[in-house]
Amino acid sequence: MAWRFKLAPDNTNFDFFRWQWITFGGSLFLSAMAVVLWLVMGLNFGIDFKGGTTIRTDSAVPVDVGAYRTALEKLPLGDVSITEVFDPNFTDDQHVTMIRIASLDEKLAVTPEEVKAVEEALKAAIDPEMKFPSVETVGPKVSGELVYTSVLSLVVTSLFIMGYMWLRFEWQFGVGAVLALLHDVLITIGIFALFQIKFDLTIVAALLTILGYSINDTVVVFDRLRENLQKYKQMPLRDVMNLSVNETLARTLMTSVTTLLAVGAMLVFGGDVLRGFSLAIFIGVLFGTYSSVYVAKNIVLMIGLDRSEKAKKTGTPDKFAGIDA
Amino acid sequence: MLHAPLWKKILVWAIVAVGFLLAMPNLFYAQVEARNDAADVSTKAGFVTTEQQEALDGWPSFLPSGLVNLGLDLRGGAHLLAEVQVSDVYKARMDGLWPEVRDALRDKRAEVGSIRRQPAPEAGTLRVELSNPAGMAAAVEAVKALASPVTTLSGAGQSDLEVSADGATLVVRLSDAERAATDQRTLQQSLEIIRTRVDQAGTREPTIQREGADRILIQVPGIGSAAELKALIGTTAKLTFNPVVRRGSAEDKNPGVGNVSLPSLDEKDVWYTVVEAPVVSGEDLTNAKGDFDQNGRPAVGFKFDVSGARRFGDYTAANIGSPFAIVLDGKVISAPVIQSHIAGGSGIITGNFTVEEANRLAVLLSAGALPATMNFLEERTIGPELGQDSINAGRVATLIAAGAVSLLMIASYGLFGVFAVVALAINMALIFGVMSLIGATLTLPGIAGLVLTIGMAVDANVLIYERIRDELRAGAKTAARAIELGFERALSAIIDANVTTLITAGVLFVLGSGPVRGFAVTLAIGIITSVFTAVNVTRLIVTMWYNRRQPKTLVV
Repeated sequence: MAWRFKLAPDNTNFDFFRWQWITFGGSLFLSAMAVVLWLVMGLNFGIDFKGGTTIRTDSAVPVDVGAYRTALEKLPLGDVSITEVFDPNFTDDQHVTMIRIASLDEKLAVTPEEVKAVEEALKAAIDPEMKFPSVETVGPKVSGELVYTSVLSLVVTSLFIMGYMWLRFEWQFGVGAVLALLHDVLITIGIFALFQIKFDLTIVAALLTILGYSINDTVVVFDRLRENLQKYKQMPLRDVMNLSVNETLARTLMTSVTTLLAVGAMLVFGGDVLRGFSLAIFIGVLFGTYSSVYVAKNIVLMIGLDRSEKAKKTGTPDKFAGIDA
Repeated sequence: MLHAPLWKKILVWAIVAVGFLLAMPNLFYAQVEARNDAADVSTKAGFVTTEQQEALDGWPSFLPSGLVNLGLDLRGGAHLLAEVQVSDVYKARMDGLWPEVRDALRDKRAEVGSIRRQPAPEAGTLRVELSNPAGMAAAVEAVKALASPVTTLSGAGQSDLEVSADGATLVVRLSDAERAATDQRTLQQSLEIIRTRVDQAGTREPTIQREGADRILIQVPGIGSAAELKALIGTTAKLTFNPVVRRGSAEDKNPGVGNVSLPSLDEKDVWYTVVEAPVVSGEDLTNAKGDFDQNGRPAVGFKFDVSGARRFGDYTAANIGSPFAIVLDGKVISAPVIQSHIAGGSGIITGNFTVEEANRLAVLLSAGALPATMNFLEERTIGPELGQDSINAGRVATLIAAGAVSLLMIASYGLFGVFAVVALAINMALIFGVMSLIGATLTLPGIAGLVLTIGMAVDANVLIYERIRDELRAGAKTAARAIELGFERALSAIIDANVTTLITAGVLFVLGSGPVRGFAVTLAIGIITSVFTAVNVTRLIVTMWYNRRQPKTLVV
């Protein structure tokens, strides 16, 4: 036998239910915490959802956020927030900030004149050579709609996934899978609330991607579970579940690690514009792996499966065998 | 022995070869782009300059020349989301209707008494007060005769005007069917005009499309800023010739119904009160061009179409000695006194123009006026350097991700890991091939989708290899049998896992916009190609290897 790198030893036989009060309970606790954080601290919405303008500044002069703030204080603007941006790709004399301004009147979009005034003020106070590589304005009308479509897309995706799982498996699996997804998404949102990381449209895209990705792991476990339920008709459900998770453990870990490697590379080297997006996916994948091992099947076990009815959906694992790819 | 039918071998390798061929132009992006631009320009112009010929020769014509479009966030440019104020058109319609209503009611003077137009709060309504309310029925009847049927399919059979009585006031309202038809036309016209104006600026591949009921999305790569783009398209360039009622030094707060007080474009503190319904307007122009007046100052020359020329001729003949105003976007450019009957329908507009201003105004006028004003709901400017930085960062991230994943796969599965890495490389080529073929747009989140695909694409290989290991452990009869079973039994999990991701990509595409949509496209293509490479290509590679080596034992 040639040497192989292994993330999980062969023939594991863990009891994944043994610490379920800690593992599953912990998940429940974390999800609840996430919701609390979300409600108490709120999300740091970007202009996509709140309206306003972001201006990216690029200057050779090192950033002093206080000086930027002083430069803008005199202008008649609404809320102004200034954050310095760091990235390993920047050159030594590249100092970047993101400035977010709101209009004085919440109901109106920031006008081009206001943006111009900000640019002039910064050039005068900080660096006459300052560049503005991106300026984006979203009016309040659009931002309201974006909130609506974002929520809608999350709900629609979840329903579709639940429907597909129901079609291919039993309905209990669908519920288990979607609740596990909810757990992943909630915890990701909670972390964004806790650290007040900017939450914009790309983060919603990331959350949707988490839905699609995280379900993969769960599907693989469920697929094996379905197969084993037929093989071992007399074995208690809990044992069949443990067996299935153990059998697929190597694969689950392997896939998660390859994805985390890729997303990790993007997080570090992919530039600051994508950082939030990469971070959301990274967190989601991490918790998605955990939830497919420790959350989804526990929910199915709690609901219980009517195994006498199993006959109805036999043969499904072989449905595609005939395709002969 | 593992079997793979010849046709399947040929088909799979043919797809891979075509994928590589289609993806290849992206490696020579600048060269191919120069060629495509030169080809576009020379086909339009009908001749080829030496420079264009050089660009054309820069890429062999027998090779595919499709490229992955770079999104605005990667190339830099401006993005605008405009809301068309469709109610502007309703108002213009009512102003145009007023003289007709007035004339129709004048004919019935004996029954309805004297009439007065009243201000209407709702756009698209006209309110007329009658001094003799007893004649209301006759008035309604007379105005109804002015209505005509709506000409759209959905509104067929309905009238364009709804006429009713509100006490002593006659209310004419645009019907809902007519409003819908008008909105449709307004949007269509706006789209066309914006397209003409943006095209005249000569930028590459602008995106101009309708979004929802009354919005237009405009994306122009390569333009300096959203403000510049707005200057190009944002001015309505609505030109009208209106009769002047009086001239004053301040805004006329009470100009009278049907009149409006407008400032002069370049004279300070000069206001004109003009009749709101124009004699002729920019829509009656057939042609406008930059010109010079008799003193050699820049001006705009124009020519009316037949009906415009007749109306202008009639009006000037009847009003010799009185001034009329040339109004552009709500400002009076000049108000000359009519010296004589102007027949022939052509003339020049003078003002304090520079040559550029005169030319630009001519361009705007000949493209036609925007039928309604636009509100800009979203404005984004992305500088080209930022886009290039993002491309570079994305490239580095992609290479590092691919390297790390490859190392892990080879360390974990040895030779089979190498097979998976080969499949991954083919997968990348196929993604670019498909995107070039359908002309998809790569956005910054799209690059993230690509990197994510690298991580997820090997998932199918992992599933298959783990399954082969399972089958070997479970005591499959031969190594060949274990491989076959591994591929077959892993398939249902692979399909299920990828269909769910495809669902997500679908929702993102339908509900997302701009960059997010680009991400959805990349993700969806990546899923499809990765299933193909992991299942078909890897299987073929494994089969070929197995048949050549005939190993007694199998180590995955």
